[in-house]
Amino acid sequence: MTEPVISVRDLRVEFVTRKGILRAIDGVSFDIMPGEVLGVVGESGAGKSVTGSAIIGLIEPPGRIAGGEIRLHGQRIDNLDPESLRRIRGRKIAMIFQDPLTSLNPLYRVGEQLVETILTHTDLSPSAARARAIDLLNEVGIPAPERRIDGYPHEFSGGMRQRVVIALALCAEPDFIVADEPTTALDVSVQAQIIALIRKLCRERGTAVMLVTHDMGVIAETADRVAVMYAGRVAEIGPVRDVVKHPLHPYAKGLMGAIPTLEAEAERLVQIPGSMPRLSNIPQGCAFNPRCDRVFDRCRVERPDPDIPRTGLEGEAPLMPGHRVACHLYTRNPVENAS
Amino acid sequence: MLAFVIRRIMQSAAVMLAVALIAFLMFRFVGDPVNQMVGVDTPQEEVARLRQSLGLNDPTIVQFGRFMWNALHFDFGVSYQFRQPVTRLLAERAPATLELAFTAAAFALVVGLIMGVYCALRRDSWLAQIFQAISLIGVSLPTFLIGILLIYLFAVILGWLPSNGRGEVVKVGDWWTTGFLTTSGLRALVLPAITLGLFQMTLIMRLVRAEMLEVMRTDYIKFAKARGLRTRSIHFGHALKNTLIPVITIAGLQLGSIIAFAIITETVFNWPGMGLLFLKAVQNVDIPIMAAYLMLIGLLFVLINLLVDLTYGLVDPRLRIAMRS
Repeated sequence: MTEPVISVRDLRVEFVTRKGILRAIDGVSFDIMPGEVLGVVGESGAGKSVTGSAIIGLIEPPGRIAGGEIRLHGQRIDNLDPESLRRIRGRKIAMIFQDPLTSLNPLYRVGEQLVETILTHTDLSPSAARARAIDLLNEVGIPAPERRIDGYPHEFSGGMRQRVVIALALCAEPDFIVADEPTTALDVSVQAQIIALIRKLCRERGTAVMLVTHDMGVIAETADRVAVMYAGRVAEIGPVRDVVKHPLHPYAKGLMGAIPTLEAEAERLVQIPGSMPRLSNIPQGCAFNPRCDRVFDRCRVERPDPDIPRTGLEGEAPLMPGHRVACHLYTRNPVENAS
Repeated sequence: MLAFVIRRIMQSAAVMLAVALIAFLMFRFVGDPVNQMVGVDTPQEEVARLRQSLGLNDPTIVQFGRFMWNALHFDFGVSYQFRQPVTRLLAERAPATLELAFTAAAFALVVGLIMGVYCALRRDSWLAQIFQAISLIGVSLPTFLIGILLIYLFAVILGWLPSNGRGEVVKVGDWWTTGFLTTSGLRALVLPAITLGLFQMTLIMRLVRAEMLEVMRTDYIKFAKARGLRTRSIHFGHALKNTLIPVITIAGLQLGSIIAFAIITETVFNWPGMGLLFLKAVQNVDIPIMAAYLMLIGLLFVLINLLVDLTYGLVDPRLRIAMRS
């Protein structure tokens, strides 16, 4: 069995504020295999982006990694000194940000930014780096790269800029890319192209991707597995078809039910009542319990951990391997569930 | 680009025309120039003849035209108090003021930039806190007080540096005199330059700090960090260059005000420059000097603004396009 590229275990991220310590990420664990795309979904503030920043080591003070482990090819990287971490960033782990319009430095030519990144991580000569930059632009689908390489970011359209951003992320052929809502700021037609591009790069290079988004369409098209996050915890994680088609966790069900489809007859969309708790005020037990329509006593006391669900609950579909859910409804000790 | 330059030059000319009008009105209507020239016992016919010969009976528009024509030839008339052409008086004193102003501006820019960048990058260090405190002093203390305090400390108590004058100067070319080439000239420059530049230095420092902190929060800096670029390159390549655009504007405008407001510093240090000349002219209602000084400062501001606008294009490629269209 192959080794995961990235392995996150019981990650906790805290922000020290005047009002006390806020736990933005609380016990998140997952693995991502080579060439695999893990989609991470959830409402705003669920901790999706913070998880990505934690992996790449860019949590800004007052935030800090308070516990857990992040391993890259089995090596711990969460406790490295800043300089070693910098050497890994860009070379082994890359990140793509949400807004391509602001991700590029407006004062430098696209080529200058690419060449600088390539020279930082490789031993290439400047002219070889430039040739490689042109190759990269070509690979991400920028027409006439020999000419466009000398353009400034403002001379590119949004979709083209996101391609440049992806080219920048690929400079040193990283093993793992955190893509933080890479398509949110783009037109739908351009979104599809960017998604196809990420998919293609993944397949051809075996790069693992953590795709943070709140667009279920993007997840369904791109991801191999999906993790549903809620209040800094993983509520449900599993193969994408499983989780999207047959979600188990009441929150995941609500999330999938809130997606409009063309086939659905003019029913009202399902909405989850209430809103996500503030980090300063996460309820005891299951974080979702105040909004859950199937809440019972145990949910208010004991925090559920992601676990292999018990099958057969009211005609649920058969389970796929690798599906985990953090909900007491599905624990294999159903005795208390009756209460 | 050329069209942009031409348009800006034409705008500058319009501004200069307005300044000239104000200078002319001051020249013509603040007090009567003839009264300044004649004594109390001059006969009326003599006064009338003088008035006629000076062209003061011509229509105002003709007089303005003549004033402009003379101004274009650097002829601003004769100083009432010195009985010498104003242009020559100003030209004699211009090197002193310009050398002082540029030294002060260079000091303000270099030290302000370094301190500002340091304060932004090491925001919580004790040295940054000290810089912040110094900047508060620089912003709040009036120039003359700073000058007097510096004189008291370094000239009176410690006796390290001279308290007034330009020291020895060397003649360069036809009319330029410089204090840069002698030790005493350089020593004499230190205190006035610091006094004059301190306010601008703190201004630039605070501006650089605020801008840099702002830039460090942008997405492209985060993305640069995520690409693992070297910290030095991120700070001094990517962040600093983006910080410089507003700094260029302010620094340029401040250079103008440094020259214009050298008056106070020149007075405190008895610096033989244009500011001191202007102050004496105000005391003696020497209108030609005041009018010429006004024109000169106006011209300097306009030129500096023009330069600043052209520098933007060098730093920011987005503005090059705006200039082309």
